[in-house]
Amino acid sequence: MTFDANVLILITVISAATPLLYAALGELVAERSGVLNLGIEGMMLAGAVTAFAVTVTTGNAMLGIVTGALAGTALALAFGVLTLSLLANQVATGLALTIFGIGLSALVGSGFVGIPVDRLPRLSIAGLTDLPIIGPLLFGHDVLVYLSVLATIGVAWFLKRTRAGMILRAVGESDVSAHSIGYDVIKVRYLAVLFGGAMAGLGGAFLSLSYTPMWVEEMTAGRGWIALALVVFSSWRPGRLFLGAYLFGGVTILQLYAQGFGSFGVPAQVMSMLPYLATILVLAVIAGGPWKGRLDAPACLGKPFRPAT
Amino acid sequence: MSLKIEARPEISRQLLYVTPLLAVALTVVAGFFIFLFMGYNPLLALYHFFISPVTSLYGLSELALKAAPLIIIAVGLAMGFRANVWNIGAEGQLTIGAIAGGGIALLLWGQEGFWILPLMCLAGILGGMAYAAIPAFLKTRLDVNEILTSLMLTYVATLLLSMLVYGPWKDPQGFGFPQSRMLTDSALLPVIMEGTRLHLGAAIALLVAVAAWIVMTRTVIGFEIKVVGQAPAAAAYAGFDRNRMIWLCLLTSGGLAGLAGLFEVAGPIGQLIPSLTPGYGFTAIIVAFLGRLHPLGIIASGLLMALSYIGGENAQVEVGLPQAVTGVFQGLLLFFLLATDFLTKYRVRYVTLRREVAPA
Repeated sequence: MTFDANVLILITVISAATPLLYAALGELVAERSGVLNLGIEGMMLAGAVTAFAVTVTTGNAMLGIVTGALAGTALALAFGVLTLSLLANQVATGLALTIFGIGLSALVGSGFVGIPVDRLPRLSIAGLTDLPIIGPLLFGHDVLVYLSVLATIGVAWFLKRTRAGMILRAVGESDVSAHSIGYDVIKVRYLAVLFGGAMAGLGGAFLSLSYTPMWVEEMTAGRGWIALALVVFSSWRPGRLFLGAYLFGGVTILQLYAQGFGSFGVPAQVMSMLPYLATILVLAVIAGGPWKGRLDAPACLGKPFRPAT
Repeated sequence: MSLKIEARPEISRQLLYVTPLLAVALTVVAGFFIFLFMGYNPLLALYHFFISPVTSLYGLSELALKAAPLIIIAVGLAMGFRANVWNIGAEGQLTIGAIAGGGIALLLWGQEGFWILPLMCLAGILGGMAYAAIPAFLKTRLDVNEILTSLMLTYVATLLLSMLVYGPWKDPQGFGFPQSRMLTDSALLPVIMEGTRLHLGAAIALLVAVAAWIVMTRTVIGFEIKVVGQAPAAAAYAGFDRNRMIWLCLLTSGGLAGLAGLFEVAGPIGQLIPSLTPGYGFTAIIVAFLGRLHPLGIIASGLLMALSYIGGENAQVEVGLPQAVTGVFQGLLLFFLLATDFLTKYRVRYVTLRREVAPA
C-alpha cells in the first residue's frame, strides 16, 4: 500500500471516530452528573435528519449544524422532563427516546431520501493543507472534526479544573450531599442532559452532512449504543474516551477496507459484525481485566433524585 | 394557593390501571395534531389508523396474528424488567431462534412427519436461549452491562441471517433473491381460522401469558423475581441468588423471543428472509411496560401495539400516511405512559398558605 493510501485511511478513521466522539462526550457529561440516558441513538437521528433537512432546504450548512444540535437538545429536554421532573425510570425513558427518535426521524426524513447535499467544506490553507502527510491529516478536515477535538479538551478542562465541573461531579457522586450543601441537583442534571442532547445532535449532523452526506433511515446503525459502551470503556474520563472513539473509528474503517479487498474470503457480513463484536469484547475485557474494580462509575448513576421538602 | 407534590404512601392501585388508558388517550390526541400538522384530515386519518383495520373478521385475525409475537416476547421481557434485568436484545434472540428453527426445516426440507414442527419449535427456543446466554454469562461473570451486550448482539444476529440467506441458504430456484426455500407443509404452523393467516402461534401466545401469570403469582420463583426487583437488599438478606435470577430471566426471555421468531418463519412468512419483523423485539419492550409488566395486561397491550402496525399499514393505503408514523406513535405512547406513571407514585395537592394576620 502506498503512503498516500495510508494517509487516506487515517483520514477516514478520523471521520468514523468523530460522530462517536460527539455522542459519547455528551453522554459522559450526563453520566458524570448521575443521569443514564439510553436515548443517544434517537437524539443522533433527530440531529442527523434535522441538520440534513435544514441544510438542503436553506442551503446553509451552519444553520443545519445548529438546528441539528437543537433537535438533539429538544429530545434531551423531553428525557429530562420525564426522568428529572417526573422521576420516570431512566432506562425505560431512554429506550422510549430511541424508539421515538427512530420513528420521528424516519417521518421527517421521508421526503429527503435520495436527495444529495454538498459535503461540509473542508479546511484548505494554502501551504499547510498541501504539506505531505501532516497537511491532509491536520489541516484538511471540516469544522465539526476540529470542534469535536476542542470539545474533548473543553469537557476535560471543565470537569477537572472548574468549579462548575466540580459541582457537576459532586451531584453525580452524591446527590443528597450536594443538595444538602445547597446545590440545585435537578438544575445541574438538566443542564448536563441538555448538553448530552446537543452533542448527540452534532454527532448526527456530522453523519448526515460529512461522513455520508445524505439521509438514510436509521443511518446511525447503532453508533449511539457504541457511544454508550465507549463511556464505560473510558471509565468516565474524556482523555480515554477520545482514544476509545478513535480505536472504534479504526475498527469501522478496517472492516470497510477489508470488504473492499474482498474480505480475505470471509463474507462481507462477518466483517460488518466487527464493530459490534469489538464493543462486546472491549466491555468484557475492561470488566474482567486489570481495571476491574476501578471503573469509577458515578455513584448516583441512574438513580432518581427528589429533594425532600 | 400553591401546588405541592407529595409522595403517596403507597402506589395507587387504581391509577396503575387507569394511567395506561390515559396514555393511549393522550397519544390519540397527539396523533390528531400530528396528522393536522402534516396536512391530513386528522379524523379520517385516525379512523383509518385505529378503527377501520378492525372492522372486519379478517382485520381482527390479522390483529391477533401480529399481537402473538409481541405478547410472547413481552411476557418474557417483563419477567426480567421486574427483576431489573434489562434484556433489550429480544430482536436478536428472535432472529437466532428463527435461524435455528428455520434451519431445521431447511435441513429436513421435503420430509413429512408430525415431529418436524415440534423439533423446529424446540430449536427456536434453544437458539434464543443460547443467544441470551451470552449477555447472561457476561453479566454474571464479569458484570458487563446486559443492555449493551444484548443490543450489540442484535446487530450481529441480523448480519448472520443476511449472510445465510444471501449465501448458503439461498433458494436455488429463487432467481437470486436473498431468501430461503419456502417451507413445506409439515414445517408450517396450522392455520386455526379458515380464510385467514391466523396460526396456532396465537393460541400458544395466550397459553404463554397465562402460564407466566401463574408462575408470577403462584410460585416461589415468581415471588423471588418480584422481591429482587423491588427490594434488592431484602432479597440478598433472604439469600436469593442474584446471578440465578439473571440467568433465569435472560434464558426465559431469550427462549420466548426465539420461539416468536420461529413462529414468524413457520407462520406468516413461510421462509427465511433478511428482515423477519418490523422490530417486534423492540416494540415488545413498550408492550411490556404498557401492560404494566403483568402477563394479562400484556395481552391487552400486545393487541393495542399490533393495532399500531396494521393501523399504520392501513392508513398508508387509505390516506397515504408514511409508514414511519407507527414508530412515532409507539414512542409517544411509551413517553406518555412513563409521564403518567408519576401520578401513581405522587399526588399533586393545592395547599392554601395561611397568612399571619398582623396584629392590629
